[in-house]
Amino acid sequence: MNLTDSGLLTLRPEGVYCPEGDFYIDPWRPVSRAVVTHGHSDHARWGCNSYVCATTSKEILRHRLGEDIRVQAVEFGEKSVVNGVTLSLHPAGHILGSAQVRVERNGEVAVVTGDYKREPDATCEVFEPVEAHCFISESTFGLPIYRWEPQELVAAAINRWWSENADRGVASVLLGYALGKSQRLLAMVDPSIGPIVTHGSVAPLNAIYRNEGIPLPLTKNVLNVDKADLRRALVIAPPSALGTPWMKRFGEYSDAFASGWMTVRGARRRRSVDRGFVVSDHVDWPSLLQSVDESKAERVWVTHGYSSVVARYLQETRGLDARVLSTEWEGESMKEEAPAEGAEQESEGGEA
Amino acid sequence: MKAFLNLFEALDSSTKTTAKVAALNAYFKQVEPAEGAWAVQLLTGQRPKRPISTTEMRELAAEMAAIPLWLLEECYDAVGDLSETLARLVPEVVEASRGTLLPDDAGLDRWIQERLLPLSTLDLAERKVHLKETWLSLSANERFLFNKLMSGTFRVGVSQELVIRSLSETFKVPKHLLSHRMMGQHAPSPEWFEALVESEEGNGASHEAIGGQPYPFCLAHPLEDATIEDALGPISEWCIEWKFDGIRGQLIRRAGTTYLWTRGEELVTDRYPEIAGWADSLPDGTVLDGEILAWNTESNQPLPFNDLQKRIGRKTVGKKLLAEVPVRFRAFDLLEWESEDVRGRSLAERKELLTRLVPAEFLSEVFRPQDWDEARLIRSAAKSQNVEGLMIKRWSSTYGVGRKRGDWWKWKIDPMTIDAVLVYAQRGSGKRASLYTDYTFAIWKDGALVPFAKAYSGLTDKEIAEVDAFVKRNTLERFGPVRTVKPELVFELAFEGVSLSTRHKSGLAVRFPRMTRWRRDLRPDQANRFEDLQRYLGAEPTVAETEPA
Ligand SMILES: [Zn+2]
Repeated sequence: MNLTDSGLLTLRPEGVYCPEGDFYIDPWRPVSRAVVTHGHSDHARWGCNSYVCATTSKEILRHRLGEDIRVQAVEFGEKSVVNGVTLSLHPAGHILGSAQVRVERNGEVAVVTGDYKREPDATCEVFEPVEAHCFISESTFGLPIYRWEPQELVAAAINRWWSENADRGVASVLLGYALGKSQRLLAMVDPSIGPIVTHGSVAPLNAIYRNEGIPLPLTKNVLNVDKADLRRALVIAPPSALGTPWMKRFGEYSDAFASGWMTVRGARRRRSVDRGFVVSDHVDWPSLLQSVDESKAERVWVTHGYSSVVARYLQETRGLDARVLSTEWEGESMKEEAPAEGAEQESEGGEA
Repeated sequence: MKAFLNLFEALDSSTKTTAKVAALNAYFKQVEPAEGAWAVQLLTGQRPKRPISTTEMRELAAEMAAIPLWLLEECYDAVGDLSETLARLVPEVVEASRGTLLPDDAGLDRWIQERLLPLSTLDLAERKVHLKETWLSLSANERFLFNKLMSGTFRVGVSQELVIRSLSETFKVPKHLLSHRMMGQHAPSPEWFEALVESEEGNGASHEAIGGQPYPFCLAHPLEDATIEDALGPISEWCIEWKFDGIRGQLIRRAGTTYLWTRGEELVTDRYPEIAGWADSLPDGTVLDGEILAWNTESNQPLPFNDLQKRIGRKTVGKKLLAEVPVRFRAFDLLEWESEDVRGRSLAERKELLTRLVPAEFLSEVFRPQDWDEARLIRSAAKSQNVEGLMIKRWSSTYGVGRKRGDWWKWKIDPMTIDAVLVYAQRGSGKRASLYTDYTFAIWKDGALVPFAKAYSGLTDKEIAEVDAFVKRNTLERFGPVRTVKPELVFELAFEGVSLSTRHKSGLAVRFPRMTRWRRDLRPDQANRFEDLQRYLGAEPTVAETEPA
């Protein structure tokens, strides 16, 4: 299936494909050449012959897919031409090294956003709007009920929660996805409140971020913190850590979940944690619309989330040729942001 | 409104009783009487009348969010709660513009009295402006709470008992006195709240007995047949009577005036002139506990509940209906005698006083079976007597407040059951707002599935999650919040009776349907047929149409 009338991008069983350049973008099956938007497991799949990614994504990819993968790192904005197709990566603001993929041939431009977010944060490159004729956008939070508060407000709420717990002498367990979310949370909290402990799956990723020059507060392994200090600690862990023996060290604790899904009370309740903080690394409704508008695209493929809703809305309000792109990317956000629908489980814990 | 919002959040986020009581205590300690009155009423399940339709609320929210209605419905589907959906959709305003409508510290009472109740008296255009202003001056969470109050869907996980416990701890008023004072209908005024939490002083009992104030009803626990001998011991310790299938009532005669209260705390004296007339002959300072029954004067036994239904909704009663469905009060307990609160005396004593006061034909008959098997025999005649089974009360017991275990039991006749197919599902409310927990069931009639009952309860959380997942995967059609699902799952439903109904496609309505078992062993084609349900119609005359269409 052609995604652009010219056939610049097509959809194959393996994923989104550029025939002239002979590469896939975030393929969901092993292919020979994969351009990868970012390191989350549903975008960066194991088993491809070679990978292309942003420079700051390289170590993350190697950490997740193996030290022996063949990976070519590209600077943001750097153009490479293969068989008449110009390929470049542009910051997506989702996690460190996350990229939008821009392809151009004969003046026709298509952009695949991957996951993206507009609000700047200290742990990744700031989203850069890119104009395109064809814009392929995620829509994880593509409903008007999703509107993020400014990050400082959420940070203040998290710090208040932590320091109240510390005053009561109970640890604060803050749950979030290990890659990206955890580092962003670390950069949001006030380390003067108490020690910060990270789960074993988070620590190596912190090291990668620090090596890339991202300043993160001092974090400790649980074994290196006094029992008394643990009662004032902030614990950053993936949701899958809940209920494991690792958690027993903290004694009584208060827990909270950091995710865009926490907007909805029902999702908060089903998580059955004490608090829900709305921290998302995806676009909310207003910035999704803003991004579509700024792309100036006439054809928009909506994928990965509330695709049909967003596509219909864009058709009706903007008269755009907006369509639904069904992909096998579905589900990543579910794991990443963990809405806890039914039997949905995070795979994160076993991974790292 | 902030204090009440904090209380709501605390009650909503905790499942521990101690935490809930602590939150209630902290709240009541600081509350002004004007707000306290509303808070007590809302927490005990009384809600202001809905002043605006949800359609209007939807339209205004969509307009303010600049989105089409279909998109609002998509959001509702994702959120599962209309109040929350609308609260999230209305654009957030900058902090600074808050507090312009009402001061920042304005209590719940002012928001209800000045911003909610007036909606019902405004015309459409004014209503829109009024609600828009209100929404814009509230934070999203406050807006959510306001919407819950406005749409009449406010619910929070506390029982009346817990509210009373907290008031008792906070204001040092005995619990029984609080429940007594809360009985009946009261305007949520500051005076009422002050009187409610006023400490007991000297003239307590007689002071409380002024006017038509009823006593809290003592309630019974259901009894399982299999365990009866073990649970209750020798039958001689127990008073055995019919469990009537009417309306529980408290008949009060004080200072020359009669009051008839139902257990729903409704004052219904004028609806049952026969009872009121008879009660005028009772001496002042008398309070009877008993049942309002439709009465067949010829056979001298109760008429089916179905007949009583014809009287229930009527505020005024015509001659024809009075003749067709006469009612009678059958007393089974005495709460006040010669202006004295006698609830602390034993049932044996109270019954003794009662028989002196009330002629036999207005009394509930007491059986004296030799053993439990004989009691079973009596109970087996319940259907023919148009009663629900037996009441079993300990002769030595005092008259308790609420549902206290151990002294009062109800031993109902076995419910009827039918195997039916799940055909529609709807989201639940409150804690289950995002799960499909409300189901409609169908049985076979002429080769097609015909819906005949709705049921909510009876499944475990795990089963609910399973059915919910099934519904989400097997939706055939969607009408607003309702989904038509693939007819595949079979459940056993129990109910109390069947009656003819013009409001149901099936032509029959069942009373108190509930899910008793998931029949995973049955295929949908093995579910019951219409004829099976019809058979119960003949067998069971004590039926009523209480099930909404
Ligand atoms: Zn991602």
